Amino acid sequence: MAKKEYAFYPGCSSQAKSSAANYLTSVNTMCDKLDIKLTEIPDWNCCGASIGYAEGGELPRLAINARNFALAEQHLPGKDIVATCAACWLGARETKERLDHTSQLMKETNEALAAAGLNYQGKVEIRHMVEVLIEDLGYDAIKQPVVKSLDGLKIAGYVGCQTNRPFGIVGESFENPKYLDKFIEVLGGEPLEKYEQKVTCCGGALAFSEPEKSQKQIKDIVESALDHKAELIVTPCPLCQANVEVYQSEINRKQGTNFAVPVVYYSQLMAVAYGSTAKEAGLDGQLIRTEALEKIANR
Amino acid sequence: MADNKFAAYICSGCGIGDTMDVAGLEKIATREGKMTVVKNHPFLCNAEGVQMIRDDIANEGVTHLCIAACSRRAKAEAFAFPTAAVSRANLREGVLWAVAEGADHDEIRQEMAEDYVRMGCAEVKKMKLPEGNPNKGDAQNKRILVVGGGMSGMTAALAAADAGYEAVLVEKTGALGGFASKLWKRVPFSSPYAEPQATGVEEMVAKVTGNPKIKVHLNTTVTETAGSPGRFKINLAQESGSVSEESVGAIVQASGFTPYDMAKLPELGGGQANVVDQAGLEALAKSANGSAIKRADGKEVKSVVFVQCAGQRDDSGTHLPYCSGHCCATSIKQAMYFKDANPDVDTVVMYTDLRVPGMGEDFYRSAQQKGVIFTKGKASKVSGGDACKVEFKDLILDEETSTDADLVVLATGQVANAGVNLDDWTEVNTKAEGGDEAAKTQRTEMKTISVLNLNYRQGPDMPQFKYGFADSHFICFPYETRRTGIYAAGPTRRPMDMLQATEDATGAALKAIQAVENASQGRAAHPRAWDLSFPSARLEGCTQCKRCTVECPFGAIDEDEKRFPVFNEQRCRRCGTCMGACPVRVISFENYSCDTVGSQIKAVNVPDEDEEKPRILILACENDAYPALDMAGVQRLSYSAYVRAIPVRCLGSVNTIWITDALNAGYDGVMMMGCKKGDDYQCHFVKGSEMAYYRMSKIGDTLKQLGLEPERVQTQEVAITDNARVAKLINDYVEQLNEMGPSPMKGFG
Amino acid sequence: MTNANQQAVARYKNNFLKEVEERVEEGDMVKMCMQCGVCAGSCPLGSAWEHSPQKIFMMIRAGKRDEVLQSDSMWMCTSCYNCIVRCPRQLPITHIMHGLANYAHRLGIAPKGQPTREFAKTFWNNLIKRGRTNELTLTLAHYFANGIGPGIKTALNMQKIGLGMVMAGRLNPMEIFGGHSVKDLKGFHAVLAKAKEIEDRKKGFAA
Repeated sequence: MAKKEYAFYPGCSSQAKSSAANYLTSVNTMCDKLDIKLTEIPDWNCCGASIGYAEGGELPRLAINARNFALAEQHLPGKDIVATCAACWLGARETKERLDHTSQLMKETNEALAAAGLNYQGKVEIRHMVEVLIEDLGYDAIKQPVVKSLDGLKIAGYVGCQTNRPFGIVGESFENPKYLDKFIEVLGGEPLEKYEQKVTCCGGALAFSEPEKSQKQIKDIVESALDHKAELIVTPCPLCQANVEVYQSEINRKQGTNFAVPVVYYSQLMAVAYGSTAKEAGLDGQLIRTEALEKIANR
Repeated sequence: MADNKFAAYICSGCGIGDTMDVAGLEKIATREGKMTVVKNHPFLCNAEGVQMIRDDIANEGVTHLCIAACSRRAKAEAFAFPTAAVSRANLREGVLWAVAEGADHDEIRQEMAEDYVRMGCAEVKKMKLPEGNPNKGDAQNKRILVVGGGMSGMTAALAAADAGYEAVLVEKTGALGGFASKLWKRVPFSSPYAEPQATGVEEMVAKVTGNPKIKVHLNTTVTETAGSPGRFKINLAQESGSVSEESVGAIVQASGFTPYDMAKLPELGGGQANVVDQAGLEALAKSANGSAIKRADGKEVKSVVFVQCAGQRDDSGTHLPYCSGHCCATSIKQAMYFKDANPDVDTVVMYTDLRVPGMGEDFYRSAQQKGVIFTKGKASKVSGGDACKVEFKDLILDEETSTDADLVVLATGQVANAGVNLDDWTEVNTKAEGGDEAAKTQRTEMKTISVLNLNYRQGPDMPQFKYGFADSHFICFPYETRRTGIYAAGPTRRPMDMLQATEDATGAALKAIQAVENASQGRAAHPRAWDLSFPSARLEGCTQCKRCTVECPFGAIDEDEKRFPVFNEQRCRRCGTCMGACPVRVISFENYSCDTVGSQIKAVNVPDEDEEKPRILILACENDAYPALDMAGVQRLSYSAYVRAIPVRCLGSVNTIWITDALNAGYDGVMMMGCKKGDDYQCHFVKGSEMAYYRMSKIGDTLKQLGLEPERVQTQEVAITDNARVAKLINDYVEQLNEMGPSPMKGFG
Repeated sequence: MTNANQQAVARYKNNFLKEVEERVEEGDMVKMCMQCGVCAGSCPLGSAWEHSPQKIFMMIRAGKRDEVLQSDSMWMCTSCYNCIVRCPRQLPITHIMHGLANYAHRLGIAPKGQPTREFAKTFWNNLIKRGRTNELTLTLAHYFANGIGPGIKTALNMQKIGLGMVMAGRLNPMEIFGGHSVKDLKGFHAVLAKAKEIEDRKKGFAA
């Protein structure tokens, strides 16, 4: 039996051939090495993401999240729900807190779920994969499987918004969370001592609707990492990863910059440090290839 | 009385003996200090060392001793010998730790130590053991007079009574309760700080009137206050015309405040229908008695606007410049009166900065929960009448706009009931004493608002600080005032709310108790509470110049018919400002005089010009500057070994003769270090450092006449925390003097 | 003026604060703002807001209904939650901004063609179709929202990226024909419909 078992909520972006498919690949590899068993919630649906507010409103958003909870309670009783996507985690946790605190909303939500023969009893816990790593395993356990040190690779720990606010990781500050830096350190890399844009917003969904404004944010995030001589950027959030990686070429085109900083997930760092192949670590899913990591993986 | 016998004890502990020639210091004490007994000890402050001194006092008849060891601020308990006069030569903090280490400095370090031994011996030779106040037998009254029967006054009387002291409570109106009795409810003072609370005034009045230790005089004013702590004589007059007398030991002045007059705010609708001040709203709330609040015309109020800072925080010079502190919470409370009676009443509190200190933040939140609207805006015009209108600038939306209301409440401020302004008084009184008849009438007129009617030389009430509140050393010792044994409490001292006034009154009652106890033992009051000395004057030398009576910060000195000073020992705080003021140097204390300091200045060995060793005198206030010098030593922040520091009780006690003595003796410079002066003064004696600055500002011309650069005499403000700065001040000054060259007075002394 | 909007105006007359408290998500917290302005200074897109959250709260209290609801300020929210964690009064500012935007959108008085409003609508419609977002159709729908011409231009600019994503296995061109979906789509839609029905009833949008 695996050391730890969870109900897994991968989210839309982590599905096969979706924007964060490489995240899922590396998470699977990482969990294998750490003896974590993830069982997907059967027939889970989208969380609505934060941008869902405008058309979706309040109760529909709560209801679709609660549908996932009800399915988890039914099929995977007693197991915490673990999300890897920042937006999924946030949407689910927000839903849980609001339903737990407001009995009227709980009642109405269950009224909606009943339409599909479902019921949410308020028993599930919502966790982010990062919380599982830190709280259920601990930094020592994360360090244990390391077989290939990251060789002092200088890495900017870009935490972004939604894994950090409004809930964040217990014990971390909103203004300067340290856990990514600690991950980098136990894996043998070198975190940036100072990274001014560590918790800066990448623009989120507005990368689509307000590209100029978002790209200004992304430029700051990349530039600051380069200023501090980072060789790559690591993040826990699929939207941060996509925005910061994908738009570098757009910024280069429009502003004549020459950005090409690889942006990876913490799980990819771990997969590599734990001795997996580049493919197992999802490195083939990068738009901007991360040669430094590939080199370590191929060593 | 037995003959005086002088002894010097030199400690070689703490490294003094390793770095200095102690035998040489002993020689100095014997030959130059003329000490009969001279001993050294490796650990003078330990039981054995102290016993050695005690034995000499008991067996050898030693009456005066110079202890050459650590600073006078250290080991005060070990070196307390109540039957002997004691001087302290500061070899540890002042020499060993202050002078840079190393053999290079051995010579100047030793010279410095020798001078401090010379100074300590010279000082103690001029000292007398204080015999205590000869009049202390007259100062045994321990009753406490409380003037004002409001929340502050009742609290003070109850606090005194609870502590076992009799209180006399004088109230000018026909009932106790003061301003608080006019309120419907008060701002909450207990958890959860969310709702207005009952004032509790009636219960308190019952407690006061039922307390056998409290005697209440209603409809009564104080017509004269004479005497000093422990022996005040109070004349009282009743409205009916009858008079009586009370004897008390100390006084609490709790004369409260008056709301700023709305009539002075016509632009904010003051005087117009349906525009009231906060007191006016309390009256409406009281008559509503918990139901919907109605205006004077009987119409139920459906919308109300509270205009904060009405006639307050005014920088135009027209109205009150200060914040009265309570008004934001008071308006919040009053807005709740409306919301609690009817949640549909529109209540707007219009503020520029909402100031709700303490737990007021919770109260503010509670009001927001109830739906009170807070608008950040500045009202420019209020029109009263049946439909009131408030024109204002919305400070968030940055626009001129207006809002309608049935009623407008102006949050006006507190004006202290602090009696006569002594500056005005002095001006009028001087004219009146000169025989001006109009001034005499005006003086009588002025006295009608006096709270205490003191018969003091300096005037009938306490000196006022900024904005007409009683001066109270607000930075360091807020309960202290400038009339010993008289303590201001509540909004007469500074603007405050009821809770603060209650705390304030408790503190004032405790200070009053302290004052009567000190007076009964013939001791001084804060900050030299242990001091048994008091000033005395050789009246045969006095020129009746009145400088001491005018300059005493505490109004302690009156004048007799011949204009000679009359010292009221219990009123005196022992600062020596009178001594510093006296041009003919007839005022002295047994243990502190022109001679005790002057002889130290003269005892210093001033080297000849060609030795290139300047000598600089430092006169340092014992309360702040001298401790800062000690701390500089403790932290080994080396400063020049050419300085010789003498602690003074206050810079106000510095007599210009000391400057003259030093310059005549060939010192190259004099630096005075005292506390901060001005409106935010930190002088323990309030006016001492200011007086010193004033006096020193006048000696520049004299110096020029002597052919000396005025820069040779400097006055510096030094705080107790300035340890790093004092070292730098000294070193910079020595450098400046070096550039100036040696004093031309050298060798003429 | 739309029907729903007319009804709301009639119902709340001049009490916009009350309207917000009753109809906007977390709107009952608006009254707790203490006007410190930390939210305004914490927003990554702060300069793009015509009215900062601080001002919006003040405008609500001042009854400036049209100025608030027709503003595109709330649509500048990136959901970064910085304002929430920094607010000394713990106002759920992000949610209130979302709530206001949603309310204005539902009333039909939010700015027409506002890009985030359009994208949000596209996103929601995309996700409810199959219960999971289809990133390809979402992107295409968004880029072609302004018509074929500008859409092609944007799409061409983004073509290289899109191709890269395909190559990296992170975008599936086949998704255009369907893609991922929940299995119990009928149940999913039933839940949504019921939730919407309850919400509309609560917030005055019932037919």
